Amino acid sequence: MAATLPASHYDNDKMSRPESAGRPPETRRSSPWADTVFSVLAHGAAVLTLLLLAGIIVSLLIGAAPSIKEYGLSFLWTSEWDPVQQKFGGLVMIYGTLMTSFIALLIAVPVSFGIALFLTELSPSWLRRPLGTAIELLAAVPSIVYGMWGLLVFSPVLATYVQQPLQVLLDGVPVLSGLVSGAPVGIGILSAGIILAIMIIPFIASVMRDVFAVTPSMLKESSYALGATTWEVVFKVVLPYTKTGVIGGIMLGLGRALGETMAVTFVIGNFNQLDSLSLFQAANSISSALANEFAEAGEGLHQASLIYLGLVLFFITFVVLSLSRLLLARLKKNEGTRT
Amino acid sequence: MSDNPPFINFDAGRLAKHRRRKAVNAVALTLSMAAMAFGVFWLFWILFETVGLGIGGLTVATFTEMTPPPMAETGGLANAIFGSLVMVGLSTCVGAPIGILAGIYLGEYGQKTWLGHTVRFINDILLSAPSIVIGLFIYSVVVSQFKKFSAIAGILALALIVIPVVIRTTENMLALVPNALREAAYALGTPKWRVILTITLKSARAGVITGVLLALARIAGETAPLLFTALSNQFWTSSLTEPMASLPVTIFKFAMSPYENWQKLAWAGVFIITVGVLALNILARVLFRHKN
Repeated sequence: MAATLPASHYDNDKMSRPESAGRPPETRRSSPWADTVFSVLAHGAAVLTLLLLAGIIVSLLIGAAPSIKEYGLSFLWTSEWDPVQQKFGGLVMIYGTLMTSFIALLIAVPVSFGIALFLTELSPSWLRRPLGTAIELLAAVPSIVYGMWGLLVFSPVLATYVQQPLQVLLDGVPVLSGLVSGAPVGIGILSAGIILAIMIIPFIASVMRDVFAVTPSMLKESSYALGATTWEVVFKVVLPYTKTGVIGGIMLGLGRALGETMAVTFVIGNFNQLDSLSLFQAANSISSALANEFAEAGEGLHQASLIYLGLVLFFITFVVLSLSRLLLARLKKNEGTRT
Repeated sequence: MSDNPPFINFDAGRLAKHRRRKAVNAVALTLSMAAMAFGVFWLFWILFETVGLGIGGLTVATFTEMTPPPMAETGGLANAIFGSLVMVGLSTCVGAPIGILAGIYLGEYGQKTWLGHTVRFINDILLSAPSIVIGLFIYSVVVSQFKKFSAIAGILALALIVIPVVIRTTENMLALVPNALREAAYALGTPKWRVILTITLKSARAGVITGVLLALARIAGETAPLLFTALSNQFWTSSLTEPMASLPVTIFKFAMSPYENWQKLAWAGVFIITVGVLALNILARVLFRHKN
């Protein structure tokens, strides 16, 4: 074949080929505008995501403007919330959101660590997939299901088997009895925190499992060879190596917990006052206040204040989630340079 | 050796230390197993109660009759189920193509550009952003402009939740397509749009469909963004400019009420949603595993 082709023709053909195989050739046989149209569509869809974020921030700012003008930043530490007298302060909801998420982390972090440890180091391989799927399905259960289950099944159990015994046990103890006081219905900050914990365990556990799995087996095998126990390998080798990723996963869980609405709305009690530090005291969170009051709040200061709360919530979750992303991205970069 | 006490002490100390380390290890591993059991325990408890209480309220009427007034004898969830199907279906039709296109941008055009990095970062945040804030956004740009709650507003709110999920999975799936395939197609002179549509997207098809199914599962149970966009409706409506009932919002309203017939229907609704969402999730997993 080559002999029948003139050498010059063959060379020209080769010259016109693209240098890099990853780029399309300069000459196209089909309609030239199709490529442009498709590229514009794809770029447009990507830019839309950015516009979406900008739109959310701008619309929240505009909606909250009357309330921001009226109260300024003092909104954040005023606890009075009285739609009748048109006085608004977000402290109760902000406290509720932060406190429930804190309790959720307190429970979810050690449990998720245990789950990730089990799935990466202990589990027999045939159990790994079904158990991993079970934990991931926990994340798939809709939050309204958690909410209804929490209100009608879990809260009564919590009241009967945890709150009442604790009230008897801690009766008369100065600070601690205050923490468990309140009507024994099981509704409040603690039950919201526990349900949030169950909801974020799958997120934290699956990030931890994934980052544990990227630890080079060379590192692990070396320490096993030196006689380290499984726990020592995980705690002193794997955990330090994956530190940033683990914190990123925790932040992701925190971001989820802060913004969760329905599950919290069912069990937190929706009570806009903060008169005791009891964990069983009915309280409120930003998202529950929005869910309960927004549709009924007429235009005006009440609605603006609710949007202000939404803005605060969006700001907090935005910071937490950005941190999470940056930490996880840093782990990925390190992974590249170390191996 | 026996003449040398320090050595013996040293050995004994080492043995004690060894025993302690073993004990710590055993405790830690037991706790880890307990954590695993703890996680699975909640899933089973929730499913057990949902099935137990849900099946009791489930009748043919649940699917054929409208939502009843409080304390009525009969009634079902037909309008809520219909509303959910309409809104979830339409919002997927709106959100999935945009998500796939943006995913294609991230996977095929903008891997290393600043726009690509920014979009990826923002998208990861939107993926976990509070859904109630999405509801606020749609309220202020749609509902308050038209002075009316409507199914369209609900559809848009749900679509905004679909987009990030689909972008994420599409990009991940495109990244799995070997570069050699693209290069082979380019070498034959295929233009880029055809390479993407007929080669890369096609070989990533199962993964992309998985992403869409997961997005469906996610919005099927979403309540918060519908509360002040689509609101709810006691009656059957297929008009997209009217408030429309949906399963999650109806469950919310019924579960929080003191009426026994409403609570029973709420449990039936929770059962339907849970089964639907878990089935979608499992289907997505099976499909993805089967293709890989």
